[in-house]
Amino acid sequence: MSYAQRGMDWVRALPKPAKIVLWVLFLVFLFALPLLNIPFITTPDSDFGGVLFTVSTYVLVALGLNIVVGYAGLLDLGYVGFYAIGAYTVGVLSSLHGSWPWLWTVPVAIGAALISGILLGAPTLRVRGDYLAIVTLGFGEIVRLTLVNSQWLNGAQGISNIPRPPGAELFEVPSLDWSSGAPVVDLSNTTTFLKFGITDQIPYYWLALSVILLVLLFDKLVKDSRVGRAWEATREDEDAAELMGVPTFRFKLLAFALGACIGGLSGALFAGKAGFISPDSFVLLLSILFIAAVVVGGAGNRWGVILGAIVVGYFPERFRDFADFRVLVFGLALMLLAIFRPQGILPPRRAVRAIEADEKLEALEEGEVRV
Amino acid sequence: MLLEVNGLCVNYGRIEAIRDITFSVEEGEIVTLIGANGAGKTTTMKTISGLRPVRAGSVMFDGKDITHMPSHERPVLGISQSPEGRGCFVGMTVMENLEMGTYARPDRKSPAVKKDLERVFELFPRLKERSNQAAGSMSGGEQQMLAMGRALMAKPKLLLLDEPSMGLAPKLIQQIFDIVTEINSQGTTVLLVEQNAAQALKRSHRAYILETGEIVREGTGKDLAADPAVKAAYLGGDV
Repeated sequence: MSYAQRGMDWVRALPKPAKIVLWVLFLVFLFALPLLNIPFITTPDSDFGGVLFTVSTYVLVALGLNIVVGYAGLLDLGYVGFYAIGAYTVGVLSSLHGSWPWLWTVPVAIGAALISGILLGAPTLRVRGDYLAIVTLGFGEIVRLTLVNSQWLNGAQGISNIPRPPGAELFEVPSLDWSSGAPVVDLSNTTTFLKFGITDQIPYYWLALSVILLVLLFDKLVKDSRVGRAWEATREDEDAAELMGVPTFRFKLLAFALGACIGGLSGALFAGKAGFISPDSFVLLLSILFIAAVVVGGAGNRWGVILGAIVVGYFPERFRDFADFRVLVFGLALMLLAIFRPQGILPPRRAVRAIEADEKLEALEEGEVRV
Repeated sequence: MLLEVNGLCVNYGRIEAIRDITFSVEEGEIVTLIGANGAGKTTTMKTISGLRPVRAGSVMFDGKDITHMPSHERPVLGISQSPEGRGCFVGMTVMENLEMGTYARPDRKSPAVKKDLERVFELFPRLKERSNQAAGSMSGGEQQMLAMGRALMAKPKLLLLDEPSMGLAPKLIQQIFDIVTEINSQGTTVLLVEQNAAQALKRSHRAYILETGEIVREGTGKDLAADPAVKAAYLGGDV
């Protein structure tokens, strides 16, 4: 059992009031994180608020992809497609072919991603295993190439002047300054609550973090329901699930559609912060990083995939000092993880059980006799 | 007639797995399909539970044509299958597996479920001891019991058992068949597929012998067990 796992167990064993207090403290810490300027954690070479926003989109995407890959067991290698559809829906409606405010475009972006998820899933989810991975891989690229080649979508030039989320300028929040060694409240370096501007990226992080919390709540509700159990059964043994009366195809499609929604939502957030999107923002590499976040963290465990997203989103930014080598080092780190911890940093309990069962079966097949 | 299979043909691609088989199961019976590996027993089971599409022929259950009904709708009608081999959800606990059995029941939240759970625990005391254990961590025999218990939790009219004795120690096989008989005497109709012909024939009211996808013989369990040809082919000469 890993330290991470032990940590989780320790938290689970706490009495409920202590848990709540711990949670609130943790949330306050998360919201304050970009203002604390904690040495070593804060990225020295890029704006920390911006990095935190990027990490948050990774977390959001990982949570969405986790429903597809982790819960329903469907390998989706084209998830960036839904992300792109979300972002472009926002771009088209708010800037290129309309002048909707950002907030209004978000539900449409989610809806567009949902529909594309169903359109892609309905014919392809009937095939099993590897085929789905290939089809989704194609989907991601088709979306990107469509964006590049469509005049109506402004081709490779992309869409600029996307409006920002609606905000207000309520009050100033000071940050901490560590330059003298100890933390000092710095009143000259403040963030306006809640101004979605160009220079200060912290409010975008707050927005993304709030969305993550909502998605997490939704995720928990769905996972703990009959739907979650049906996904689990489908992932473990599709035939057996059918025999129990689970309409496996419908549940796979549901997972696919919900995953697509969250992908679209992440894209909409990204478009609202970036102000400019182009097909280059939605390359295949991104799909692979998304999958990496889920797999590295531990597909099927929401805390695991969040951790994975942080690893994938944060470390390359933190170690920008390594310049060109950082991607290489990152790749090496992923390989080491794959070798020494293939089930992810924080795998779900059930996956651990299933792996144990597999090992046992293997031992059995190799001749160890048991009744 | 609870189950009527008429002129059923099922293919795997161009290969005919079963050809024009006709048989029936009466309410309250234990009926066995026996046959060698590859005779089409499992295919027949999978077709009745809807996992394999039918090429020709029909399947009637309780007077209703279910030939093309999706598999996940059949448990609602009262067909429940315990699949061949390790068909449990290995990552779930024993209890969670049993709960999955009630998935299709409209009354899954009623106290009746609790009674059925007790009944399953009575039949398989081992499952009660291990209710919080992961299904995958149990032995083959225990997993077989769990698959049967899970199928029973659906409160089926017709229980389909695909090779319940496969890979088990002789002592355990005896026990599994005792339980099958017990389940039947409590009022559940059983369609059984077995390679262990000796035990299966002894326990069943009627049996059909399947050879390369066709039914070649049928009769009461006793008659077939006494038949010299059957003895030679399936019972290794003596029972």
